[in-house]
This record gives sequence, C-alpha cells and structure tokens, in this order.
Amino acid sequence: MTVELQVAQGWLTVCELSSLIPGRGVAALLPDGSQAAVFVDRAGRPYAIGNQDPFTGAHVLSRGLVGTAGGRPFVASPLLKQRFDLESGRCLDDEETVVRTYPVRTAVTS
Amino acid sequence: MSEPLPTIVLIGHGMVGQRYLEALAERGATATHRITVLCEEPRPAYDRVHLTSYFSGSTAEDLSMTPAGFMAEHGIALHLDDPAEHIDRAARTVTSRSGQVFPYDVLVLATGSYPFVPPVPGKDAPGCFVYRTIEDLLAIEEYAKTRSSGAVVGGGLLGLEAAGALQGLGLATRIVEFAPRLMPVQVDEGGGAALLRTIESMGLTVHTGVGTQEVVTGADGHVSGMRLSDGSTVDTDLVVFSAGVRPRDQLARDAGLDVGERGGIAVDARCRTSDAHVYAIGECALAVDGRVYGLVAPGYEMAETAADDLLGRAKEFTGADLSTKLKLLGVDVASFGDAHGAAPDSLDVVWSDSRSGVYKKLVVSPDGVLLGGVLVGDADSYGLLRPLTGSVPPVAPEQLVLPAGVGAPVALGPSALPDHAVICSCHNVTKKAIAACSTLAEVKKCTKAGTGCGSCVKVIGQLLPAATDKGLCGCFPFTRAELYEIVRTRRLTSYEEILDGHGRPEARGGDGCEVCKPTIGSIIASLAPTLGASGYVLDGEQAALQDTNDHFLANMQRNGSYSVVPRIPGGEITPDKLIVIGEVARDFGLYTKITGGQRIDLFGASVDQLPRIWARLVDAGFESGHAYGKALRTVKSCVGQTWCRYGVQDSVRMAIDLELRYRGLRAPHKLKSAVSGCARECAEAQSKDFGVIATASGWNLYVGGNGGATPRHADLLAQDLSDAELVRLIDRFLMFYIRTADRLERTSTWLERLEGGLDHLRDVVVHDSLGLCAELEALMADHVAHYRDEWAETLQDPERLRRFVSFVNAPGAPDPTVKFVPERDQVKPDLAVLTIGGAVR
Ligand SMILES: Cc1cc2nc3c(=O)[nH]c(=O)nc-3n(C[C@H](O)[C@H](O)[C@H](O)COP(=O)(O)OP(=O)(O)OC[C@H]3O[C@@H](n4cnc5c(N)ncnc54)[C@H](O)[C@@H]3O)c2cc1C
Ligand code: SF4
Ligand code: FES
Repeated sequence: MTVELQVAQGWLTVCELSSLIPGRGVAALLPDGSQAAVFVDRAGRPYAIGNQDPFTGAHVLSRGLVGTAGGRPFVASPLLKQRFDLESGRCLDDEETVVRTYPVRTAVTS
Repeated sequence: MSEPLPTIVLIGHGMVGQRYLEALAERGATATHRITVLCEEPRPAYDRVHLTSYFSGSTAEDLSMTPAGFMAEHGIALHLDDPAEHIDRAARTVTSRSGQVFPYDVLVLATGSYPFVPPVPGKDAPGCFVYRTIEDLLAIEEYAKTRSSGAVVGGGLLGLEAAGALQGLGLATRIVEFAPRLMPVQVDEGGGAALLRTIESMGLTVHTGVGTQEVVTGADGHVSGMRLSDGSTVDTDLVVFSAGVRPRDQLARDAGLDVGERGGIAVDARCRTSDAHVYAIGECALAVDGRVYGLVAPGYEMAETAADDLLGRAKEFTGADLSTKLKLLGVDVASFGDAHGAAPDSLDVVWSDSRSGVYKKLVVSPDGVLLGGVLVGDADSYGLLRPLTGSVPPVAPEQLVLPAGVGAPVALGPSALPDHAVICSCHNVTKKAIAACSTLAEVKKCTKAGTGCGSCVKVIGQLLPAATDKGLCGCFPFTRAELYEIVRTRRLTSYEEILDGHGRPEARGGDGCEVCKPTIGSIIASLAPTLGASGYVLDGEQAALQDTNDHFLANMQRNGSYSVVPRIPGGEITPDKLIVIGEVARDFGLYTKITGGQRIDLFGASVDQLPRIWARLVDAGFESGHAYGKALRTVKSCVGQTWCRYGVQDSVRMAIDLELRYRGLRAPHKLKSAVSGCARECAEAQSKDFGVIATASGWNLYVGGNGGATPRHADLLAQDLSDAELVRLIDRFLMFYIRTADRLERTSTWLERLEGGLDHLRDVVVHDSLGLCAELEALMADHVAHYRDEWAETLQDPERLRRFVSFVNAPGAPDPTVKFVPERDQVKPDLAVLTIGGAVR
C-alpha cells in the first residue's frame, strides 16, 4: 500500500504506508516546491495538511504529535503546541487560523 | 460622498478610558465613529492598580493594558504626551497642548485624579514625590538609589502600598497618618490595631494621630526630614505624599460644566454631564449618588454605561461596591460591603487575636443577612465572603470568622455560593457565568473576570471544573503519580493498552493527546528495565509517544533546525575533545555557544545532518547528550580540591560520577544538578534539583532548588555524607520524586506540595518510614545497569536512520526553508524565509 496525495498535477505517491508510524507524521515535497505533512492515525487512516506552522512560519507540523479531540484527529505543532484538526486544517486554539488540507488516499501498489 | 462619521474625542487614556474604548469596540461602535484619544502621559493606558509590582520586577510592558494593534485595528487615533488644554463647548472643539484643534460630536472626559499634596512648607523640595504614574515610580527609584530613609505621608490603602515599595527599595521607612489608625476609611478600630502590629512587625515605623507640618530641607536644598504636629522632628531623605486624591476636573470647570461642591464632574445615571454632548467617567466623575469613586470597578461600570448610552441602550450607574483587598506583600487586609456597620441595627461578629495579628469582623443585619466586613491578618475568605454579601450565609457567621481549630469551623467552599453571586466585582461577573467556562484563560477571555484587581482569581480557580477533575488531560482521569502506579503494578508497556484500559471512556480507542503521550512515554522509559520493556525511546510504539525532541534525539529550534549538545560530564573536557567539537561545528557550519550548564551548544543542524554529526561525536568518544526532554541535563562542578585553594573534596570527580550515573533518567521535569568543592558554592548547587556541597567531613545534600523563572533555594536534606551515602540518598530522592510528582512539576514545587514537606521527605528517603527505600534503590540500579547511548544505538539501526530526512519522498533533498544568514562571524536563522506563505490565516 502506498499513500497518495492529490495535487494540481493529479495523485502524487508519497511513500509506503508501512513507513509511517501511527500517530506520527512525515513531510513531503510537492511539485510546486511547497510542503505537506502526512500522518496516519492508529486506525491506519491517512491525513495530509500543509507543513508550515502558521504561528512561527517554520515547516514543522509533520513533526508534531497526533491526538484525538472530540473524536477528531489533530496534530499539535512541535514549536508552540497549537493544535490543528487534521480533517479541516482548523486551528483548535485560534479560530481565525487555518492550514490547508490535501485529499489523500491509500492505494494498492501496482 | 458619504456622510462623515460622528466623532468621539476621549480625554485621558487611563484604565477607565481604555475600558471605554474596548466597550465601544465590543459594541461595534468603533466602526461607526471616528475616535481620537488625547493622552497626557507618554505611554498608552497601563494597569495603575498593579503599579507597585513595577518594583517587584514587572516591566512597563507587563503593565500595559492596551492590546498590541488595538488602536490600529479599530482605527483609533491616539495622541500620546499631548494633554487637552481647552474645551470650547460652543464650537465643540478641544485644543491640545501642541496646539491641535479636534472637533467632536461626543466628548468623553476620563481624566482620573491627581494626588492631593497638603500645603505644607517644603512640599516642593527635591526629594518630595507623589505616587500615581510609572514616571513617578521611575523618579522615586532613581532618587532612592543614593538615599537610605523614606517617609510616606498618609496611611491609607495607597500609602501602605507606597511604604511597602519604599521598604522594598531598601529604605528605612516610616508612615505618618493623621487619623488615629491606619486605613481609616476601610477598617475599624480593632482592625486598625491588628494592622498596626503587623506593619510594625515588618520593620516599618508608624506614627498615627499626627500630621505633617513641614518638610525640612538640608543645606543642599534637598529633603532632610519632617516636622510633625506633635512637635517632634524625624529624619528622612525622601517623602512620598499619599494623602488622598482629588478628581481632575479643572478642564471641565474652565469649560463651565457643573462640578460638585467638593470637586468631581457632576454626571447623571447615564454618565452625562450638564452638557448633553459631554460624558465623564472614572475617577474624575461625581456619580449620581454623590460620590467620587477611587476604584477601578465602578470606573469600568461607568465606561460600560457611557458606551451603552451612546448607542441608545439603557444602562444606569447608580453606585458601586467599595470592597478592597490590600496587595501589599505580607499583609492580608480586606474590607467589603458595609464594613463600618452603618446600616441601622446592624450587628457585629468579631474574632480578634492580638498575638497573631488577626482581626475579623462581619457585619450582619438582625435577620442574618451578611452586610460587610473587615479582615486583617488572614483575608483568605475574602473571595468567598464578598460574593455572599447581601444574602444569608449558609453557615452561622461566627463559624465564618473562627480560625481553623477553634470552635467548630466549617470549610465553606465556593459551591455554597448562589449562582447569581458576583464573584468578580471589577467586571461584575457572576458564578453562573464563570461556571460556563472550563479554564481560567477562557474565563478571562469571555467574561474579563480576574483581569482587574485579581482578587477573585483564587475563587474562580475553585469554581472551574478542572479544579475538581485532577485528571492528567482529556484522555485520563488519573494524575501522573496514579498512572505511574498503574503502569508499575500492572506492568503495562503499551500506550494503547493503557489508554484503552484506563482512559476516560470517550478517549478509549482514540489517538490520545500531546499531553498524555509523552507523559506515559516517560513513565514507561523510567520503569523500562523493571517492566522488562525496551528502554530505547525509539522502539516500536514508544517512538510515537515521544515529543519531537525525543523523537529526533535533538532540540528543535525556532526555524525547524536542531541543536546538538555533546555531553561533557561535570564540565571537564580535554583539549582534544574541545578541538573535535570545534571541527564538527566548523565542518557543518553550526553556531556555537557555551551554555549555562557547562556545555557547548551546536545550533543550526538540519534533520538530515544529525546522524552524521553524531557519528563524528561518537567516534571521538562523546555522547550527544540530553539537552532536551524531561531527563537529567547536567551536573555542573567547580574545580574543587584539585586546583582550588579552598576546596575540601574532589567536586569534579563527584560531578562526573553523578552525571554518568543519572544520564538518560526520564523524569516528570528536566533535572539539573551541581557539586561545589566548599561552602563558597562556585557551582551554584543550591539552585539545583539536587545539589552537593563539600564539607571537611563529607558531602551536604541539598534538594528542591530551582533557578529559572521561580527561583527557590534548595533545602538541606542530609549532612556530612560519605560518597556511598550520598549516592544512595540521591537514588532514593530521585526515584521517589519520579514516582509521585505531577507532570511538568519541578522538584521545588513538588517539595512544597508534599504534605509534611522536607520533614516528610527526610522521613521517607533517609529514615525509610514508608519501607520504600529498597525498592527505590533497586529501580535506580536497574536504570544504571541498562543505560544505553541512544545516539550510538540509533546510528547502528538503518531502519531508524531512515527517519532522519527532510522529505519522505525526496530523501536527499534538504529543506529549502531552513536557511541561515551571518551574524557576528557565525550563522543565525534567516527568519525572512519563514514568511507565512501557504497558510490561510
Ligand atoms: C498605586 C495605586 C494602586 C491602586 N490600587 C487600586 C486597587 O487595588 N483597586 C482599585 O480599585 N483601584 C486602585 N487604584 C485606583 C485606580 O488605579 C483608579 O481608580 C483608576 O486608575 C481610575 O481610572 P481612570 O481612567 O479614571 O484614571 P487614570 O487611570 O488615572 O487615568 C486618567 C488619565 O488621564 C490623563 N489625563 C488627565 N488629564 C488629561 C488631559 N487634560 N489630557 C489628556 N490626558 C489627561 C492622566 O494623565 C491619566 O493618564 C490604585 C491607584 C494607584 C495609583
Ligand atoms: S566552591 Fe570552593 S572549592 Fe569550589 S571553586 Fe569555589 S571556592 Fe573553590
Ligand atoms: S474582583 Fe477585581 S478582577 Fe475580579
């Protein structure tokens, strides 16, 4: 199984699902030079959001810890610990801040 | 062309002025009005109530009440250092000192008060001050630097505060009060007597019942003393007048507005002056009930009233509560409601203990309604009693004043308060409104409660749900210490198993959170050998629990790069090793800095450089070192007996032994230590979690010290220990701490929280009163025996090494956003490349 991300050019293969540790993330470099943070939760569901932490500007969201709040998965930024909903990209600690999200899927390796 | 917006001119940007602006903003009126503010002081509104805290370390920024960007966001023009000098009511303009003319549709006066200086000869001599603004404090501080004594004229609330401040500046301080007791307005005779004893026991000299007749000056024209009305003369280098305040109504008088007989701009219940276009709010206003209020709470209420009236909403200000609590360090004084028993037929319930300086009086009506009270020496119950004012307390009044241990005291908690009880009188917030929030931050944000004088914060804390739920986080109903016991006794090594078996029902099956994951990771790591688990922090499921620093075995810095801090046990290093560190830093382009913990920081490594840096260090015999995570950091040392002529033991050897013994030990908080070779204490061991000081006959062990934000001197746990005894006691101490402390609780706070304090700790770890010591020692022995160098181990594991890349889909590519620019011959992060791009804000 691979993890694939939808970008302007179509579905981009990011990595093997098995190389993701449940509850942690990895960063992916996208064709336009931007970065995505890709996670997998304990149930094996993948998520992808922008990698840049909007509070510090650093590209580090992929290195935060994943958790569940109100039944929804989030990642806590490793720098100042603000939490971001992995499905909507909304910051749970500051309603005006949102990071982008990417459609993501797992695919059987051909 | 659209109509020009109606214009509001606000004169005075003090606490009430700022509250008025916020009230306008909250009601959307800043969008529909043009607003100009004239401010006499050189800085925007600040917290005058906490002015004195400037002397205990608050900065002018800490005191600021104007949120950054507030003026710009709401399009308010603020003119600093430019007071209004003239109002032309016919033309509806205000002229400022700089000569600018501002037309208005609505004028708001919030000019506050000025300190009253009695007309005594010498009152203007250099060395005489008032106590009202940050500038006043700066001037007092400067003048006091070269003086040794000071006097405060006035023993009211403010005078006592000023006197405390003078004493804090190192001046021998006296207070001269005309009335027969201190704080005559707030406390009664009995309270005044108790207060006097407490103040005198703090080393201040108090003269009551005497007036100041003259300020005496020396040959240089500066203040040298005071002549008092009883004929005596006292020496003093500095005089602070705090004899009351007078409303600043001159501007209004000159403009022909009605003022009270004894001053104050007369306003109606809507805070309108005799001119319908002009409002007056705060300390400059004379309210409908005929009073000028010298407190923030009524001022804030007036600000709300005036803002509502502007928008045609009805709200009336008819009077306010005069409750006060003194903020002077070390003196607990509060008065609330009808403190003097002015109501007809009111009755007093009094407890007075002159030995301990405690005086408590409650005023009740014949049918039991609490009307007010005075508390001196023990004002703990103020936060509860004030909201109960106006109702019949749930327990008999005598039980409310009796100290614990006398009679039958009843612990009255905030649960006894009715929903409509006003908990925060500064912002008029009820218990019900507070109970709707879940954290103090939320309460402050949603209701503003607690952001005024702060005296209600304690009760708010008790009302929040978190106060009754001691659980670690939203996932677990247990404290860290309870979880430690669960993990230890049930021998659990899997986070998922712990969450699914012991988490809150709603959290089971989920992914946990960023609070409990690292906490449980740390508990498992510190118990690993005993549980039979792998202690390696990146093993299996453990890897997913670690904070980012532990996950990458290095400290993440602000631009996403890492720092590496080679372990230098005891701070001892050979020239060859020093050279290696220099070479590594040079070859990888790292910034180097000597740390406070006797190590060398290497900053600016990218994630993919880390393994290569470690490899070089490991080859040279270094460990990368824990400079992150909740683990032992360093054991500092002085040079001790080997080199120092004062040294009595080999402090370097002991420091190295201790650092190597406890390295890698996971704890609720980071741990620091130091060893000094004699009582001169060059290694600063008494500011450490555990510190060792050599004596001629062995080692003294100190515990619970803390540098950092809340410094605490360590306590002496045991004396004249041999090497082996020292190590054994530290083993027990650390393991007992790890077992019982809360998450992120330092040894200092843990020790203060521990029931029985130091004596209890000594009983447990020295005298083995709980029979735990063998177990604690065995746990530590396991830790020492199983310690592994996490960096060397990672280097040998290709699977783990694959994580050290910037991008999973481009392993060779470095992160282009991690960039550096030069500074002082080294590098620093290029923050310009971190502009917030991709994100939608
Ligand atoms: C040390 C200290 C401790 C205190 N402690 C407490 C306490 O514990 N509890 C409590 O309730 N209250 C306390 N107070 C009182 C409290 O600070 C005042 O009640 C509150 O600041 C009043 O707010 P205000 O806006 O009316 O006046 P201020 O905060 O005094 O603001 C008025 C502003 O108007 C400016 N101004 C005056 N004339 C003009 C002009 N012509 N043009 C432009 N600007 C002008 C002044 O320079 C000033 O900045 C304390 C006061 C002091 C000094
Ligand atoms: S603490 Fe004592 S032994 Fe150590 S360096 Fe200082 S003076 Fe010398
Ligand atoms: S009572 Fe003053 S802040 Fe709440």
